[in-house]
Amino acid sequence: MLLIHCPYCEEERPEAEFRHAGEAHIARPQNIAEISDEEFERYFFIRSNPKGLVFERWRHIHGCARFFNAARDTVSDRFLKTYKAGEPKPALDGEG
Amino acid sequence: MKKYSAFAIAREALRGNTGWPEQWSSPEPKKSYDVIIIGGGGHGLGTAYYLAREHGITNVAVLEKGWLGGGNTGRNTTIIRSNYLYDESAALYNHAIKLWAGLSQDLNYNVMYSARGVMMLAHNVHDVQVFKRHIHANRLNGVDNEWLTPEQAKRYCPPLEISRDARYPVVGAALQRRGGTARHDAVAWGYARAASDRGVDIIQNCEVTGIRRGPDGAITGVETTRGPIKARKVGVVAAGHSSVLMQMADVQVPLESFPLQALVSEPVKPVFPCVVMSNSVHAYISQSDKGELVIGAGTDQYTSYSQTGSLSILQHTLEAICELFPMFTRMKMLRSWGGIVDVTPDRSPILAKTPVKGLYVNCGWGTGGFKATPGSAHVFAHTIARDEPHPINASYTLERFRTGRLIDEAAAAAVAH
Repeated sequence: MLLIHCPYCEEERPEAEFRHAGEAHIARPQNIAEISDEEFERYFFIRSNPKGLVFERWRHIHGCARFFNAARDTVSDRFLKTYKAGEPKPALDGEG
Repeated sequence: MKKYSAFAIAREALRGNTGWPEQWSSPEPKKSYDVIIIGGGGHGLGTAYYLAREHGITNVAVLEKGWLGGGNTGRNTTIIRSNYLYDESAALYNHAIKLWAGLSQDLNYNVMYSARGVMMLAHNVHDVQVFKRHIHANRLNGVDNEWLTPEQAKRYCPPLEISRDARYPVVGAALQRRGGTARHDAVAWGYARAASDRGVDIIQNCEVTGIRRGPDGAITGVETTRGPIKARKVGVVAAGHSSVLMQMADVQVPLESFPLQALVSEPVKPVFPCVVMSNSVHAYISQSDKGELVIGAGTDQYTSYSQTGSLSILQHTLEAICELFPMFTRMKMLRSWGGIVDVTPDRSPILAKTPVKGLYVNCGWGTGGFKATPGSAHVFAHTIARDEPHPINASYTLERFRTGRLIDEAAAAAVAH
């Protein structure tokens, strides 16, 4: 089981308290009724699914219930950093 | 290829089993092939076999980064069924079931296909309604699937607990009698042997590190850890790593890769006659011919390439198994493992041409690809050989996520499957 640091509670808690909520930093288009099918597909279905560094959302559903973001390595499952929703992607060593 | 037969066994018994040849040859990669298949699992090896047998294309290489069948082919719970809701799914999975029935004879290799029946348990009103809808849709598509009362379900599978007081009471079940299991390793080895016999080069320990495209954008070959290899057609059949490979050719795919775990118990005498699945509580169980209980869980919640997952997932599954089958509460589990499954938004696969000329993809099987192995390989070989899909996989395009014409088995099952 993963141990996840909630940036709001400022505590490391077991994965059972959290729900994974998909890739992070995907902004819903403001003009969603007007965008093309290609743009909608890219927003709604296409995911980067990287082998390595991923930016993803988690929700501390059995704690503070808030969404936050995490940077994790999908090969080792090690968390590099968790940060509050709305904060920009952190620059991390070895990114890319 | 030396044909396997009762006579061959008797002859080799007299000769001290010294005359068995290797099952497939392991040549050095050539400079160039007509078709390269990336991924030496069941789907990839089967594709190479059907390319040779059905389409006469034998200048083919299967490139496998590890060993044959070492990915999801060797990591699944070997459940075979075809009782899916939608017409497109029924056509594809039933195509596979028909090929499973004759596969051992076709390959001259015992894949141990055992149509012992797959029973899916209903635990609540929602399950009952969904399963009955499936049964009616299946009947229209010529797919066998029948409704059982709890008492009938217990007669079919005596270890099942059907008390109303159970944590997950069984209120009925859907049974596909033609469903069952097969020996996963034998599927990979059988296809490899038959393909190799027809001239296909099986190349293990050869990881693809790049996909080469010419000035017009068309495929010209691949880069591998054993040097560059040219080909005009490349088929990607790489399961959990499909996104990684497709990105080498600058194609974005709607996939996410999740760990899916399974485990086996110590081997015991035959106690479990069929396959039982419970989608609602995420428990899948059968008994292998070696005697081990083979138990599958649901996916982990986060994306990963680690081939391992959280222990809590296995605990959850075993709690459900013990509630459904109290006789297994003292059973010891021997080992557990994870595979990386590539999941599409509609939980149906992508079996198609891509926007890149000469690049074909067979991916997105998610948690249920093993059952489709022969059917998937058969229609994918057709797609590569003719440069157009077989009627059975014509709907399984990449473009459906743009047009909205999904094959939404995710909504049909309401769980991963």
